[in-house]
Amino acid sequence: MTAYRVYSKEEWTSAVKALESHYQVFVPVKDGDFHLFGLLSEGKRPDFDFQNTHLSPKSIVYPQSERMFEYSLDGEDPDAHMLKEAPKDFSPRAIVGIRPCDALAFQRVRVNFDTPRYRDPWWVSRFESTTFVGLGCNAPEATCFCTSVGGGPFSEAGLDVLLYDLGDRFLAKVLTSKGDGLLKKALGGMEADGTLVRQAESLALKVTEAMPAVVPVDGLKDKSVLELFEAPFWEDVAFGCINCGTCTYLCPTCWCFDIQDEVLGKSGDRIRNWDSCMFPLFTLHGSGHNPRGGKVARVRQRFMHKLKYYLDKYNEGVQCSGCGRCVRSCPANIDIRQVAELMNSL
Amino acid sequence: MSKRARMTLDNPYLPYPVRIEQIVTETEDGNLKTFRLVFLNPEHEEKFRYMPGQFAELSIAGKGEIPIGIASSPTERGFLSFTVNRVGVVTAHLHNMKEGDVMGVRGPLGNCYPWDEMEAKNVVIIGGGFAFTTLRSSLVYLLDPQNRSRFKDVIVVYGARSPGMLLYRDELWQWEKRDDLQMHVTVDATDDPDWKHHTGFVPTIVKKVVPSSDSSVALVCGPPVMIRNTQPVLEDLGFPPERVFLSLEMRMKCGIGMCGRCNIGDQYVCKDGPVFSLAQLKEMPPEY
Ligand SMILES: Cc1cc2nc3c(=O)[nH]c(=O)nc-3n(C[C@H](O)[C@H](O)[C@H](O)COP(=O)(O)OP(=O)(O)OC[C@H]3O[C@@H](n4cnc5c(N)ncnc54)[C@H](O)[C@@H]3O)c2cc1C
Ligand code: SF4
Ligand code: SF4
Ligand code: FES
Repeated sequence: MTAYRVYSKEEWTSAVKALESHYQVFVPVKDGDFHLFGLLSEGKRPDFDFQNTHLSPKSIVYPQSERMFEYSLDGEDPDAHMLKEAPKDFSPRAIVGIRPCDALAFQRVRVNFDTPRYRDPWWVSRFESTTFVGLGCNAPEATCFCTSVGGGPFSEAGLDVLLYDLGDRFLAKVLTSKGDGLLKKALGGMEADGTLVRQAESLALKVTEAMPAVVPVDGLKDKSVLELFEAPFWEDVAFGCINCGTCTYLCPTCWCFDIQDEVLGKSGDRIRNWDSCMFPLFTLHGSGHNPRGGKVARVRQRFMHKLKYYLDKYNEGVQCSGCGRCVRSCPANIDIRQVAELMNSL
Repeated sequence: MSKRARMTLDNPYLPYPVRIEQIVTETEDGNLKTFRLVFLNPEHEEKFRYMPGQFAELSIAGKGEIPIGIASSPTERGFLSFTVNRVGVVTAHLHNMKEGDVMGVRGPLGNCYPWDEMEAKNVVIIGGGFAFTTLRSSLVYLLDPQNRSRFKDVIVVYGARSPGMLLYRDELWQWEKRDDLQMHVTVDATDDPDWKHHTGFVPTIVKKVVPSSDSSVALVCGPPVMIRNTQPVLEDLGFPPERVFLSLEMRMKCGIGMCGRCNIGDQYVCKDGPVFSLAQLKEMPPEY
């Protein structure tokens, strides 16, 4: 039987505090006009009164910049020019208050880094050491469309615990043994009775039904990739784009990276940094040839990857969790919901 | 074993250390050099099991990594070789390195030519310019006494701008003398009156010397213009697109299908390729 626990809001704050001796605890914190995820140990005060964080928690599992290896270039050193793993911290961490769309996003990204043939050791180790405590959405934003892409404001995909905000208290639903372990380490709370569970369920139903209009993606799987690629609308879609890359950096389901070497004196690091298909350098050959040299080709790549190539390759939905961040932050008002509709109705 | 040590073994980004054993300048302009690399640790050589058509990331600490086709054949033991054209940061640095220097190799990466499918068939190898590297690997592999009987006729057409721009010249002339393959070397033009080989572009020579497509597989590797002009010739000879294989190039970083930059449609050239059949390419967006 599924276990539920209930915490008053004050209790929950101290429960989260108690996790600190077992996890690095990341919580939503207010930062200027926005919310972001911050480390509790850095004296941040958790604030669960938010719609969604400005940046997704992507970087907790997959840092924007990360040392892969280190090496010496000192001729005297017998190990000179040989790469060594850079030390890393894979101790347990918990993301408390992650929205269901962002948890779904980690699942959609996982197929890229954890494959039958290769495993990205850093992404996978951090992912596996993370416990995901979700917070259902009582008030989705106008730009949210999770229900169109396989998620929902109370979706449990990719979560270990799901919290329901019931006004003066949180109801915690245990979803995995990892989540059970976390709640056992959190102090306080008590077992919840059936009335509270029914209250949570009807809240979830009400909010889910009130979600903004559905973005159609149901026809994409059967469309011809070549017809979509040659579709007449790409010029129009890309018209206003300034290739700033904001959409890809904010996106919890974008994973592309670059690898660079950096040298200081006689030692160096190989590092990887988030990269973006919006930049011409992303695909530039040493010869000068660039298969995606123009803006239209790059914008098309972004949408085709998310809404068609990914779908065809993994058959696990589209590479989008419906979080709406790209819609909110694009300076040119380019809206993936409209592009999905164009593609879906081609 | 600690968690960290185990991870190091599995890390697909970690290059094996190698020493440069030999450097040969291949072409008269000095822009192409072949590097023969030897593993510092024999266990790594054991793990580096490859087939012709695959590539590796050559890693230079402080500079970066480059994907380069493996020019040696798995039948040649004790070393790997790579032929590198000087174009940018990493390749220029590599060209200035010396025998004895230490660097890294990561791989083998990507798929190989369709060796199972080629069995008991004629093999037509078509190469142009400095893209002859993995075709050399294939040829050495095919001609190995252990392997030769598994394949029927071997026909090779290889062309370069001028005689001085041909790779692996000593080997080419050895191959010309053998009777278990038909070797056709061509140059775009030459003023050498003693030139005993073909002159003319690769597609023209293919048309002249390849008798038919019956029970044949074609491997094609070269600059885009050669690839473009060879396709109709192969079609006229009756090659179905399922039996023509091309090796593609895209800018790469990870080489293992994770960094996201080398895709053509839903295929990662580094992991799902670099070898694709013409039939596959016809289904993919023309973005390469
Ligand atoms: C599967 C495959 C096999 C190849 N085989 C050979 C070969 O046998 N011989 C040879 O000379 N060249 C080969 N190339 C091309 C070679 O990888 C590039 O010329 C080389 O990466 C340029 O590096 P650079 O640092 O000198 O150039 P820069 O322009 O300084 O490039 C910076 C970085 O971008 C990436 N990059 C740039 N151009 C390319 C490119 N065309 N392909 C892939 N990555 C690129 C590399 O990571 C490179 O270090 C191959 C490419 C691929 C994809
Ligand atoms: S945020 Fe908007 S303008 Fe910037 S790259 Fe993305 S689509 Fe283009
Ligand atoms: S594509 Fe836009 S809406 Fe979809 S997950 Fe990325 S940022 Fe969110
Ligand atoms: S080179 Fe990184 S995905 Fe192919």
